Amino acid sequence: MRHIRIKRIEEKIFKGLMIVATLAIVVSLFLIIVAIVRRGLPVMSWDMISKIPTGGFYLGKEGGLLNAIVGSLYIVVGSISLGLFFSLPIVLYINLYLPEKSRLAQFTRLSFDVLFGIPSIVYGAFGFTIMVYLGIRTSLLAGILTVTMLIIPILIRSIDEVIRRVPKEMKDAALSLGATRSEIIKPILRQVAPGIVTAILLSVGRGIGDAASVLFTAGYTDSIPTSLSQPVATLPLAIFFQLSSPIAEVQDRAYAAALILTVIVLILSIAARFYSRKFSKNKI
Amino acid sequence: MNTIRYNKYRQAKEFLIRHIMLLLTLVSLTFAILIGISLYYKSVPILDHQSIWGLLSGSSWRPLKGEFGFFPFIMGTLWVTILAVIISLPLCLLAAIYLSEYAHPYIKKIVFPMIDVLAGIPPVVYGVWGILAVVPFISEKLAPHFVEFSTGYSILAGGIVLAIMIIPLMISVFIEIFDALPGGLREASLSLGATNWQTIKKVVLRKSFPGLAAAVVLAISRAFGETIAVLMVCGNVSEVPKSLFDPAYPLPALIANNYGEMMSIPLYDAALMLSALLLFVIILAFNAISRLVLIRIERNFAL
Amino acid sequence: MIQNLLRVEKYFDSPTEKLQVMRETLNQASGDLILKAHKPHISVRNLNVYLAKKHILKNVSLDIPDKAITCIIGPSGCGKTTLLKTFNRLLQNSVDVKIEGDVLVDGENIHGKEVEVESIRKKMGLLSQRPCPLPMSIYDNIAYGPRIHGIRRKKTLNLMVEKYLREAGLWDEVKDRLKSPATSLSIGQQQRLCLARGLAVKPEIILGDEATSALDPISSKKIEELFVKLRDQYSIVLVTHTLRQARRIADYVIFMYLGEVIEAAPASEIFSNPKEKLTKEYLDGYFS
Repeated sequence: MRHIRIKRIEEKIFKGLMIVATLAIVVSLFLIIVAIVRRGLPVMSWDMISKIPTGGFYLGKEGGLLNAIVGSLYIVVGSISLGLFFSLPIVLYINLYLPEKSRLAQFTRLSFDVLFGIPSIVYGAFGFTIMVYLGIRTSLLAGILTVTMLIIPILIRSIDEVIRRVPKEMKDAALSLGATRSEIIKPILRQVAPGIVTAILLSVGRGIGDAASVLFTAGYTDSIPTSLSQPVATLPLAIFFQLSSPIAEVQDRAYAAALILTVIVLILSIAARFYSRKFSKNKI
Repeated sequence: MNTIRYNKYRQAKEFLIRHIMLLLTLVSLTFAILIGISLYYKSVPILDHQSIWGLLSGSSWRPLKGEFGFFPFIMGTLWVTILAVIISLPLCLLAAIYLSEYAHPYIKKIVFPMIDVLAGIPPVVYGVWGILAVVPFISEKLAPHFVEFSTGYSILAGGIVLAIMIIPLMISVFIEIFDALPGGLREASLSLGATNWQTIKKVVLRKSFPGLAAAVVLAISRAFGETIAVLMVCGNVSEVPKSLFDPAYPLPALIANNYGEMMSIPLYDAALMLSALLLFVIILAFNAISRLVLIRIERNFAL
Repeated sequence: MIQNLLRVEKYFDSPTEKLQVMRETLNQASGDLILKAHKPHISVRNLNVYLAKKHILKNVSLDIPDKAITCIIGPSGCGKTTLLKTFNRLLQNSVDVKIEGDVLVDGENIHGKEVEVESIRKKMGLLSQRPCPLPMSIYDNIAYGPRIHGIRRKKTLNLMVEKYLREAGLWDEVKDRLKSPATSLSIGQQQRLCLARGLAVKPEIILGDEATSALDPISSKKIEELFVKLRDQYSIVLVTHTLRQARRIADYVIFMYLGEVIEAAPASEIFSNPKEKLTKEYLDGYFS
């Protein structure tokens, strides 16, 4: 009898600990968001998102973050388009052309899994060496290229996940009508479109929030770039640089930028969830 | 006749598309090698100058005098990483067991999206949080009990921030592993009269140990390479740390912090590229090993 | 009897009438006559298929008659579906496949070097176990095949869509909502849509892989009726493990067991008087 009671108590204790651990994780999320909002919200204003900084981003007390917001947008749009341009053919190739369980397909998947784990600072350093090699200066173009390298593994992993789930019968059905493999790409992409949107949203989140990769490559500027060869500001860099300024108003800008970035990322992950749910509904 | 021509055109298009795709795939596979080679090529000057062991074990970092000792940075990285894993591992393990074995689907529906959000928060925001909350907490509340003075920018701050950052990765891989275990295993143990917890302890955890280890290695390599957040809260003093309240200077932070000056001092850029190469090689190896283990587990359980 | 059949071909121009007379003649006929009347459309000679080192099809040789319904029966896992997939070369999509022997369609080896896979597949419409509409509208599902084969004119496409939907008995049910997604149809309608989609590329052969097993009885009856209606124009090969279905509609029956062809004969013959002991046991329900 006593033995059983000890078993019961042990079970209770551990279950309690588990609930505490889960709660701790959930609470820490709230702590983070609350801290960012509490510091960022009071310093938010319309000027923050509609004006570029005046008098230099590091010392000027006036102005806002428009340069960083637009810069982040440019970088993300550029690198997502470029990333899709490279990753879609690769995913389609390993799923449509290579037979199931082919060595090459498995090796490709593994290699992108591994590349996914490479820290962004390494991509930044690599991008920098390429820049030096090609003779490009810190610019929007260099930033886009580096972020593209960073998000290609994410795009490939997540798109591969959805395309792999396309029922084999669907491919067979289209093939048996006499379609070539490249001709069945269109219906397959249509089938997984919501999944691809989710993948894109995930990569946008990663690309827009990453600082270490653009630190060497994008440069930083107060103005909005008008060509690919000009340096560009991004939101994470705006946070990173302006936080180290001794001037309180500039630091405020950093906290406002942190709030904006957090809101963007929250919206993205809610949207991604929404789309992936929609995707699972439409599945045949 | 027309159809024949049209078919020729289709076949040609197919051929072209197929080979372009194959080429892209093959090129993409050389990407990792390309990174490694170019970083190595860039760090050759300093390797010619000093032996790799000398660099790794030297503890004085004076770029102006040409002294590049990586030891403080390596120790900084190790301290922060190990602390982060020590904090997050028990939390993740307990929470993952709860979520996959006990929790009501309703709870999962609430908690999973939150973990996703946590995973999506950019490092720089974690860094801001560290500055706003963790650093003051350490310098005002925690440190006075243990040491005379600490700014709060310390290994402990870095460890806490990193711990939260690697939680989403670790917990989701843990849950995946638990879910991959065949259900019959649990039923077999339960039907012998074991309690839920005994089943978890004796069967689930034991059976999934290799996977859990792989997940931890994955999380370690993530923590290892994390740059911005750590850079913002660690203090960045290039000395070998002695306690949790000392500042540290992890390797990625070293690269990020000095990119501005590295072109003007001889060998400085080579030294920084060498540290990037070190990070790359270590993380590549860690990742490859743990991914291989995870793939094998998935395959074994799937059968 | 054979002369009679030849005369029949001379006198009747409409293929439907011709076949009716043919079938009447044949019902009295015996033995291999069905194969003589309907020249073999697909011939398989010494076919061996290995999947991941497992020997799935063992030295299979058989003939599929032209313009008739052939049912392949046998317990599950005997290689029926594999056989069907070798016909239109869908098997090669998986790794570790080894195919030996010949599959001749109209006397042409489909595994020959010069053969285009696409033209082989165009010749054969496939109807899979579960209906599998493409993620597009009803109209586009039918038009998908003609479009990839180079038909672009709107008018032609409209006509084709109507023609094949009628042929599949679906036109009246969907003519008002051709633009709505194909997934909005019921599962039985989806299967008929897939049949119409297959017919739209003008195949000569229809392959059915347990095409009715996922459907309700009424829908599967409709599909069966369609098969009977279409057998005058197409060679139909059905894999089935409902014996009753084979009894209802088959002209020619092939019985397979563990990767081997045990017996192949006209339906009337195999059901009334099977030659092999194994066939008889299967038909009597000793195993299934």
